[in-house]
Amino acid sequence: MTVGVCADTGCRACDSVNVYEAFRREVARERLRKVEIKATGCHGYCEKGALVVIHPRGILYTQVKPGDVPEIVAKTLKKGEIVERLLFLDPATGKRIRLEGEVPYYKKQMRLILGNNSRIDPADIRDYIALEGYEALRRVLEHGKPQAVVKTITKSGLRGRGGGGFPTGVKWDTARKARGERRYVICNADEGDPGAFMDRSICEGNPHSVIEGIIIGAYAVGAHEGYIYVRNEYPLAVEALTVALEQARECGFLGKNILSSGFSFDISISRGGGAFVCGESTALMASLEGRPGEPRAKYVHTVEKGLFEQPTVLNNVETWANVPKIILGGLDWYTKIGTGDVSTNPWGGSKGTKIFSLVGTVRNTGLVEVPMGTTLREIIFGIGGGVPEGKTFKAVQTGGPSGGCLPESLLDLPVDFDALTGAGSMMGSGGMIVMDEDTCMVDVARYFIDFLKDESCGKCLPCREGLRALLEILNRITEGRGKRGDIRLLEEVSEGVAETSLCALGGSAPNPVLTTIRYFRDEYVAHIRDKRCPAGVCKPLLRFAVVSESCTGCHACFKACPASCITGKAKEIHVIDETKCIKCGACYDVCRFEAIAR
Amino acid sequence: MNKVDSIRAMREKLLAGRGGGAGTARPQEAGVVRKILEKHGRRASQIIAILHDMQGVYNYLPEPDLRLISRELDIPLTRLYAIATFYKAFRLVPRGRHEVSLCMGTACHVRGAMRVKDAIERELGIKAGGTTDDMRVSFETVRCLGCCGQAPVMVVDEALVTKLDHLTVGTTLEKYR
Repeated sequence: MTVGVCADTGCRACDSVNVYEAFRREVARERLRKVEIKATGCHGYCEKGALVVIHPRGILYTQVKPGDVPEIVAKTLKKGEIVERLLFLDPATGKRIRLEGEVPYYKKQMRLILGNNSRIDPADIRDYIALEGYEALRRVLEHGKPQAVVKTITKSGLRGRGGGGFPTGVKWDTARKARGERRYVICNADEGDPGAFMDRSICEGNPHSVIEGIIIGAYAVGAHEGYIYVRNEYPLAVEALTVALEQARECGFLGKNILSSGFSFDISISRGGGAFVCGESTALMASLEGRPGEPRAKYVHTVEKGLFEQPTVLNNVETWANVPKIILGGLDWYTKIGTGDVSTNPWGGSKGTKIFSLVGTVRNTGLVEVPMGTTLREIIFGIGGGVPEGKTFKAVQTGGPSGGCLPESLLDLPVDFDALTGAGSMMGSGGMIVMDEDTCMVDVARYFIDFLKDESCGKCLPCREGLRALLEILNRITEGRGKRGDIRLLEEVSEGVAETSLCALGGSAPNPVLTTIRYFRDEYVAHIRDKRCPAGVCKPLLRFAVVSESCTGCHACFKACPASCITGKAKEIHVIDETKCIKCGACYDVCRFEAIAR
Repeated sequence: MNKVDSIRAMREKLLAGRGGGAGTARPQEAGVVRKILEKHGRRASQIIAILHDMQGVYNYLPEPDLRLISRELDIPLTRLYAIATFYKAFRLVPRGRHEVSLCMGTACHVRGAMRVKDAIERELGIKAGGTTDDMRVSFETVRCLGCCGQAPVMVVDEALVTKLDHLTVGTTLEKYR
């Protein structure tokens, strides 16, 4: 029996490390020799952490605390009985579900890339090898010519998962043919999009799948040096990858003469410095060279002149992790998953699966992997369980700061590279942030522009100054100083920034503004004309007051107010002194009688 | 990480015998810097990794040490300054003993991170980016810690605190004050 305890960053916050230790202690004490305890990567259902899966049966226990461990060991591990109270409770039916695969959240997914996370100890290469790991590499080195590998990847229809959606095979082919003294491959693990964490989870949970993909890619394009550029905010990912590289070297998958094929290749890790723009390929390469991460114009592509002026292939973590799957599963199998037809045109469809980080105001938060072409509605309501606490769905934000906000009416849109772009948003790296009625769309647009203004490297004027101008207008609107014509002005400046910026950061930066204007224009009008924030978010437009008919004098708001601006005795109607109110909303949140109006 | 730890231990040993304040020149620590440079093969392209390690030792980038790197690797000081100010991870002033980093990612934002920020600022009496006068706590906001499933989140001295609430965050921070 194997017990997989999720020890990913998210579950660690739910004390999963102590759960793991408790299992080790208990199992040692009970002398259960046939039980193996593994600290695994992210299982994806972050809402229910700490997660424990017991294989081979696949029993899933959710929200496990260290104190629950003796009971699990005594019952499940020793006697094969189920601990009912720790099973997942299906809110739809009120029944407890035993097996991981039967929980609705997992049942509706297709977990090609994430599936092995609950079976693998990322710090032990043998776990990966036992699940056909490095088998794809062996096959490629034994039978495949580099050109044949490139052809397979092109035919598979694999497109870049980092957001661009550029066909991976086409990229490899150009790099292979480009002239240069040497070639480089880079794995972009600088997952900067706020609200996206699938790359972190792959690196932490199944690092060898990424490394194997990179080695195959290096062989295909003829590179002997590779880099993994990891975000500074992900210390655990750096640790997992460092250990994995070390073990891959020991096993002869990296280094000189890999698997006696005559092919030599090695990978080093580079830590980022906390700059969002470094996710852009040319900026990332500048950073790898030890310079500030400023992008350059791409009239010469990086596949021809990239890192140190040499042909360079850069792909995202998830893209690399797909490579071994395609080699092992074959083209017939892979091209059946997803949308469109890629047999003649690599841009003709979106193939394979995509991982989304489903977060925000949605019931089941976590990582969701579905075939391309799944509808937004299926992801948010079918898998995510919809919006909690009886609120209504307002929008879903896809594609990070470069993406857009889509309303309820577009929920039946199939998710692939082309459909989302058509709606004014984009797939991006796969962040999917659900927003309910309490989210102000003007504030969301302001939030993203504020983010991008900070992250703009400042090299080109349209992005540097344009974003500042957009922010000024949005600040004005959210502070109740909006003017007639501001919406038009926003659209005009947006167009200028999008058309004339140097890199994709500026080129896509206005998307959040343009989509919120397109789909939620009435909220802009409410802010500008009526000086009102319908969602009750924009502070300067709020006024908190006690509704005297509903106030019971329970004194809760009095205790909660950090500014001491509420007066009133128990069982008497309370009063808010507006001159002292800091509009923190504490009273609104603690009131159980809807007696605070805003 | 072991190397950094050993460097840190070495530094503590060096500092043990004297009361050197932050920001003052510390020529006897040239050994620390040189050891980091050796670890990275004294290559200028590794400068970001070098600065990371240096900050791992000092918790910020002291000017005398930057000057030393500039001389040793023949990199203009202006370029080091450009790198140290371009990347958010680096800082040129010392930070407090405890570091609070609040995530302002999108998922945290829609789950009320702004209000948590206001509450922390009230509790600590400093604005984001600041350090308390007694050098006990530094507070900063960051963009996405990648734990969006449990938003809003913050990191206090490397420990992740999840599902924050503006009503209770003050109590969480009390023990660091």
